[in-house]
Amino acid sequence: MNKYMLYLNAKRCIGCHGCEIHCKANKDLPVGPILCEISHEPLKSVKGVPKTEFLFRSCYHCEDPYCVPICPTGAMKKREDGIVYIKEDECIGCMACAGACPWNIPQINPATGKAVKCDYCMDRVDQGLRPACVTKCTTRALKFVNLQVI
Amino acid sequence: MKKTVWSMCGMCSVRCPIKVEVEDGRVTWIEGNPHILKGSLCAKGSAGVALHKDPERPQQPLIRSGGRGAGKWEPVSWYTALDYVAEKIEKIKDKYGAKAIVMSCRGGPWQDLIKAFCYAIGSPNFTNHDSACGRNVHHASKSVYGLGRKGFIYDIANAKHLICFGRNLLASLRVAEANQVMDMLDNGGSLTYVDVRQTLTGIKATRFFQVRPGTDYALALGMINEVIKQEAYDKEFVEKYTVGFDEMAAFVEPYTADWAAKECGIKVKKLKNFVLEIAQQRPKVIFHPGWMLSRYKDSYYASRCLHILNVLMGNVEVEGGQLFPKGPGDCGVKGLRTFSSNVAKPEEKRADGVGWKYKHFDKGPGLFHLYYEAMTTGEPYPIKGLICYRHDPFSCFPDVTAQKEALDNCELLVSIDTHYSEFGWYCDVILPESMYLERETPVATQKGLKPRFIYRDRAIEPKYNTKPSWEILKMLADRLGFGELFPFHTAEDMWKWQLEPTGYTIDDFQEKGFVSLTDEPIMYDRDDLDGKFKTASGKIEFINETLEGLGIPSFKPYESPKKPPKGKFRLVFGRSPVHAHSHTINNPFLHELMPENTLWINKRVAVRLGINDGDWVDVIGGSHIGTIRAHVTEFIHPEAVYTVHGFGRQIPLQSRAYHAGMSDQKLQEGLLLMMDEAGGGLCLCEKFVTVRRSSRNPRRRVEL
Repeated sequence: MNKYMLYLNAKRCIGCHGCEIHCKANKDLPVGPILCEISHEPLKSVKGVPKTEFLFRSCYHCEDPYCVPICPTGAMKKREDGIVYIKEDECIGCMACAGACPWNIPQINPATGKAVKCDYCMDRVDQGLRPACVTKCTTRALKFVNLQVI
Repeated sequence: MKKTVWSMCGMCSVRCPIKVEVEDGRVTWIEGNPHILKGSLCAKGSAGVALHKDPERPQQPLIRSGGRGAGKWEPVSWYTALDYVAEKIEKIKDKYGAKAIVMSCRGGPWQDLIKAFCYAIGSPNFTNHDSACGRNVHHASKSVYGLGRKGFIYDIANAKHLICFGRNLLASLRVAEANQVMDMLDNGGSLTYVDVRQTLTGIKATRFFQVRPGTDYALALGMINEVIKQEAYDKEFVEKYTVGFDEMAAFVEPYTADWAAKECGIKVKKLKNFVLEIAQQRPKVIFHPGWMLSRYKDSYYASRCLHILNVLMGNVEVEGGQLFPKGPGDCGVKGLRTFSSNVAKPEEKRADGVGWKYKHFDKGPGLFHLYYEAMTTGEPYPIKGLICYRHDPFSCFPDVTAQKEALDNCELLVSIDTHYSEFGWYCDVILPESMYLERETPVATQKGLKPRFIYRDRAIEPKYNTKPSWEILKMLADRLGFGELFPFHTAEDMWKWQLEPTGYTIDDFQEKGFVSLTDEPIMYDRDDLDGKFKTASGKIEFINETLEGLGIPSFKPYESPKKPPKGKFRLVFGRSPVHAHSHTINNPFLHELMPENTLWINKRVAVRLGINDGDWVDVIGGSHIGTIRAHVTEFIHPEAVYTVHGFGRQIPLQSRAYHAGMSDQKLQEGLLLMMDEAGGGLCLCEKFVTVRRSSRNPRRRVEL
């Protein structure tokens, strides 16, 4: 059962793309991989005001991820708390995970030749901190939600 | 080893306070100062690490070895470079006098250091970029309140209604301000947005007026007219604190809401409903008076009207309105020692004419673009040296060709900057400043309801042979014989010298990165604001008699903006949240997000020109052509085309930014000396450009 979720309050999101860079800077990524993404639909006039809403997408950390069993070396793992992550030293960069993922989430890191994806900044989470994108979100629109069974 | 360093972001001119974590000499984390910004930071802020790593910035002092702009440089030591600059300055001083030197910067809390240095050389010609930015707003504010444009802060979070005329504040992005806007909207506040196109700010609006380009003044006049007609203004406040209401009312009489709606191309009912709404919401209604308003020939008057609408709302010194920023004096604390307090201001008249030829302009930084006239004509006296600190006139002012022609009369051009600026590339000497994570800056005062002193400490050692600006200027001052005016050799000594009158030491800054001068927010008594308005009458002046005496009317009859000739468009420009003008175009992270700009063009017009979304288009202004992709949209006025400012850079050592996108300022031929005569701001939206489908959209391709 997944314990966490990233939630975007689209009302507060201003489409500044800060989260994408907060993530890249924290993971020390080169040009190429972008692990979370802000997008929007084309503008549409709503009561005289051209409007759109921003969407946030990163890894969905599936309950039953396709990327984990396909990994030939077992580098792609799912933790008890639901976080799907790559153990870097076991990854051979074959990118089978990206092919198996319906959304093509894992990306190649050209600096290391290995796959990289959102892991909710689990090193930060394990220290009691929130993911980089949430911590530094410009307008505090992104939330790191702790899921509970009701 | 791990350490936390308090600093201030240097990616744009907002200078958000930041917390930097450093491990073994490597920056591992930057976030907004949690005590002020709760960690929030924008994309540019996080991209600071990429700037630090980027080798595509000046790595040591450079002296030109080829022709100006040829890009041939000799790397030299700091001693050689500074000796060279000092010698050239002395030569100019001997031949033309110290006044032949101009020093410019980008304004902000540290400009006092540059000003002091300029005066110490003996030149009155200290200036900054503001005639291509906020001068119209500043002068408009002075004409109404006797206070500059920073004379008020806006309590947006507690407002019920914010009105922005082209002030795209969610893209220009001051982190604290953006949060205030979102808080206001979360609390049910209204946002009215006025622009020639839809923007990031406009999509959050509750009401949107898409106006014809250049009609802001008409709309503001119509709003004043309707506010008076509906008696929607604060009569008590107007009675108590203002002069000239009746004359203003008489002037705006013909400019009815019906007239304004027709002129701007909006619905009159919507305009009248807007006034009905603010009548209920005042005084918690804020009209943003504009920021970068060097746009049209009447932008000064448009801004004046916005200031006046604020007064009519009675929003001064009330929660959710405009507040007086409080300083150290309001907290019983002595202010910082200023660098310029050590130096006498030279008595010579300024070469830009401000203060004697143009008596209605604020003397502070004057008007940069007028120095080009002095360089060309030698009147009132020759200008032979220009030193720009953190300021790139070629990216900031229009018509780069005309600027170069004027600069060719100079014997010394120096750029002090962290990156290669377009101006720097044309200079004789580049003195590379350490990027903001690698340098300390002087302690600064941040006024507000809770004023504070704040500083930037060095997070990491410079990666290359660069220095902080205070050290560069100190070393240069030593060579020019006035080093004793800057009596410090280390940053610690400088802070100590600055802080001495205040009673604080730099140790007091260690806990939070700043020192708050009060625990509780300070508000003045709104019923006793006498003495707060620095006009001649001591009141808020709808009619400013002093300026009228100098030939500057308080209102000018409205003139409808020219329609672009067939096939031409008015070129307007603006900001994206991921770039800070030209500063960040070459940043590896930010370049990846937005490598080039596009040309927004109206859908109906594009169809007529055979332009599809994504097509390459040629944008022609005089002898310059820019070729970029079209963004075809129905949400821009058909008379205008729009692009993001800062692109089209031509510095080969910036490999990512080199020739990426289009530069608006290079297309603005003939605009260098076209200013709003009353406000001093340039008229950067007064350029018509031709747009055509580019031949770079091949239907056939020859390969072999």
